[in-house]
Amino acid sequence: MTIRLNGEERHLDAAATVQTALDLLDVTPDSRGVAVAVDREVVPRARWHETPLHDGAQVEVVMAIQGG
Amino acid sequence: MSTVERSPTPAAATALGAAAAADPLTIAGRTFGSRLLLGTGGFQSLEAMAEAIRVSGSELVTVALRRVDPAARGSIMDVIAEAGVELLPNTAGCYTARDAVTTAQLAREAFETNWVKLEVIGDDRTLLPDAIELVEAAEILVDDGFVVLPYTTDDPILARRLEDVGCAAIMPLGSPIGSGMGINNPYNVAIIRERTQLPVVLDAGVGTASDAALAMELGCDAVLCASAISRAHDPRAMSLAIRAAVEAGRLARSAGRIPRRLHAEASTPDAGIPHFGGGDG
Repeated sequence: MTIRLNGEERHLDAAATVQTALDLLDVTPDSRGVAVAVDREVVPRARWHETPLHDGAQVEVVMAIQGG
Repeated sequence: MSTVERSPTPAAATALGAAAAADPLTIAGRTFGSRLLLGTGGFQSLEAMAEAIRVSGSELVTVALRRVDPAARGSIMDVIAEAGVELLPNTAGCYTARDAVTTAQLAREAFETNWVKLEVIGDDRTLLPDAIELVEAAEILVDDGFVVLPYTTDDPILARRLEDVGCAAIMPLGSPIGSGMGINNPYNVAIIRERTQLPVVLDAGVGTASDAALAMELGCDAVLCASAISRAHDPRAMSLAIRAAVEAGRLARSAGRIPRRLHAEASTPDAGIPHFGGGDG
């Protein structure tokens, strides 16, 4: 399947989960200050491993940065 | 000139600190010993940010969310955990209620807090709030269980709308974000303070210590500062200066200032003025 991960096109296996995509960004369930939305829906970190992705999914992975 | 290492004189600093400690800030049932909220944007390094947090005495600091950068080194999360302060995530960069709501929900997941500094801006030149999108986002987030602290204009009617939908504080700008122009319309800020039951946090526009003191003298309950500190030549010294200004302004407000008068009013009594006589007079 093809997804967009933080704006970039990525090709993943049909069985890919949210965590499969996060592996490409070195994000693990232990990473602090990180959150994920798939098609605008927040996926809680406890479900990253079990949540399947679908072709065309828009995956946004964000982290804490300095900001006012 | 050397950078400032001095505190205010120890006695003055101690008395101000004691007055501040006896007069905590409460937002949504949570109490803070400091009335200075620190924005973390603009610091040259995490070390400079950590030092400013420490010196400011702030107990609530903002953070933002951006796409993960696998190359990023050092985490703001570690610095904030080390500092022992609370996080206030913002929705900086959002132009629509929809994006702000998603960003707030991501922040809740990332930081395990339901507090959010809600920013919904209208354009990238002024960074002024979009009132219509702001109220819509605030309403959705309050319904979703968030403690919403909206960055808003200095419009007292908009402040009332935000209070009506259940926000936990009103955070009017003094002037545009990062402009350092101070408080452009102190009368509106005073009216907002007079008309709302909520804590009022002056957010945006502070350029230097006197702006923060004025905000507090106008009756604001707290001041949120980012660029004024982070982009100062010496952030540590400015952090200390603004901390003292917030404490001094708060104390001045509660002390009750004298009214402004057009003409002079002597503080020395006329009675008993000697008449010297003699000479040419």
